[in-house]
Amino acid sequence: MDNPATYLHWGFILISVPNAALILGMIVLFVLALLAPFPGHSGDRSEEHRER
Amino acid sequence: MSAAIDPEARGSWTLALRRYLLRRLPPEHLLPERQPAFVRSWTYVLGAITLASLVWVVISGAVCAFFGPQWWHVSPQGRFFNSLHFWGTQVFFVFMVLHLWAQFFGAGWRDGRALTWVTGVLLFVLSIGTAFTGYLSQENFDSQWIGVNAKDAMNGAGIGAFFNVLNFGQMYGLHVLLLPGGLLLFVAVHLLLVRMRGVVRPLSETPR
Amino acid sequence: MSAARDQETYYAGVRMVPYDLVKELALALLGTALLILVLATAFSSPDVPPVTIQSWAQADPVGFEGTAVQELQGQSTSAQYGPPYNHGTGSVQSFGFIQPQEWAGVHLPVDPARDFVLQPLQTASAGNPQLAAALARYRAASPSQRSRWLDAYAHALDKATVRAGQVVVAPGSYGPVAEMLSGLLTIARSGGLDGQLRSSTRFYQTDFTRPLLFLGDGDYFAGLAEKQHLLGSQWGMMNETGSYPGQTWLWLYTMWYQIPPYNSSSSADLLVVLTMGVLTVALALVPFIPGLRDIPRWIPVHRLIWRGPSR
Repeated sequence: MDNPATYLHWGFILISVPNAALILGMIVLFVLALLAPFPGHSGDRSEEHRER
Repeated sequence: MSAAIDPEARGSWTLALRRYLLRRLPPEHLLPERQPAFVRSWTYVLGAITLASLVWVVISGAVCAFFGPQWWHVSPQGRFFNSLHFWGTQVFFVFMVLHLWAQFFGAGWRDGRALTWVTGVLLFVLSIGTAFTGYLSQENFDSQWIGVNAKDAMNGAGIGAFFNVLNFGQMYGLHVLLLPGGLLLFVAVHLLLVRMRGVVRPLSETPR
Repeated sequence: MSAARDQETYYAGVRMVPYDLVKELALALLGTALLILVLATAFSSPDVPPVTIQSWAQADPVGFEGTAVQELQGQSTSAQYGPPYNHGTGSVQSFGFIQPQEWAGVHLPVDPARDFVLQPLQTASAGNPQLAAALARYRAASPSQRSRWLDAYAHALDKATVRAGQVVVAPGSYGPVAEMLSGLLTIARSGGLDGQLRSSTRFYQTDFTRPLLFLGDGDYFAGLAEKQHLLGSQWGMMNETGSYPGQTWLWLYTMWYQIPPYNSSSSADLLVVLTMGVLTVALALVPFIPGLRDIPRWIPVHRLIWRGPSR
């Protein structure tokens, strides 16, 4: 890990592969967070309004 | 709600404060066991993950601070705890930004929650400052380079003598005490605001 | 106004379901602990050792002496810098009438010629009559005489060679300058100059302003940084040494330096500070800024956050 990273160069953008991977990973995580099904409360289908 | 008030306690500031606090944040709102059914997205856990990673950043940082700023350069255990601190910081920023994206696209500031958003941005800025002073405290080539370059921005902005990035003692003190202190204070405020108001309703339900 | 009543009103008609916040936080703590442990164990963390005046003098003696000459000539970046170090103008930034650097004034006084070269030589000359004599001759000379010696030596360095760690220049009229720089190089190569630049009259010291300013005046330091893609023009602010992720959250701070008008301005830092200041305030005030606060309605990611029936 101590060797200098590889860099990607598009126009004026210059980014290291680790940084690019991290940012890409964040976007993937965000999309997953939006799309992945959330564990539902399938045992609690009764119309339970807030008490008090 | 409570037992009859002792007539001798009328006019008590302590009682008034307690009643005020309980009015603003009843225990059932501080630690509710239920949430609205629309809380059904993984984006809701992003804030909790940010908080959790902050816990590990603080703990690993405390261990590093205990043994002094040179420890991680001379000891494998020190290096390991520095690594926990380094990767903890990476994880913290990743999830803080994801949490920001989620709150932005959900317009989490609606319905009287503007202050929650504002404290959130303040936390973002404080985190950047804490990380910055941390990078300056590494006592290696990276910290030397960051300092020599950052000084020009501080000097250009007129605060270079007041906030001397080349003064290790100053940067270290800011990093281990003052900035984390501010961070933890505003994390508490941010969380209390969320609990006081409850989570915001879906965007489609708030009129323009 | 009771919070209980507020939330009751706010969530009227909304179904409430069990949701264990404490369990969620506990799981988050466990999950992040595992993730961080794995990353730390697998990849460790970056730690490129610091550059010292000693390593600089050993790796690049000609460059080292060249920088020292510039300090004496008053032509180095530090010598001409300006506030907070001195009254120069070489690095003073401004934007129209906005001149915070000038307004702030000189509060970290640094005299590079004295602090980086002459004072250390003075200390080293104790017990070294030859060096003491050279220094005395330099101090006694007029400014114009010193300039002639320094310019001649600087010129000679262009063709200098290195023999046994010492700089060898062609014979010339350098006065005491050659002797002084040779002495400075010797102190530097032995490691004595690092300590000299740090300490003042105080025993305890945590301020590294002087050695870092001196290092920053030379090319060797920046050359090492360039290899690691840490220069400002290389998006350096968000990069890290080695193959580690850097401070990616600084992407917008560093981006401005890459584009006009910032990339050709001598006040780029101030411009970026002002730009990011405005943008940060705007970010904080999103709830109050029409247009900005409506973006979530125009880009309906919210439809994914809140799907299906909630009542």
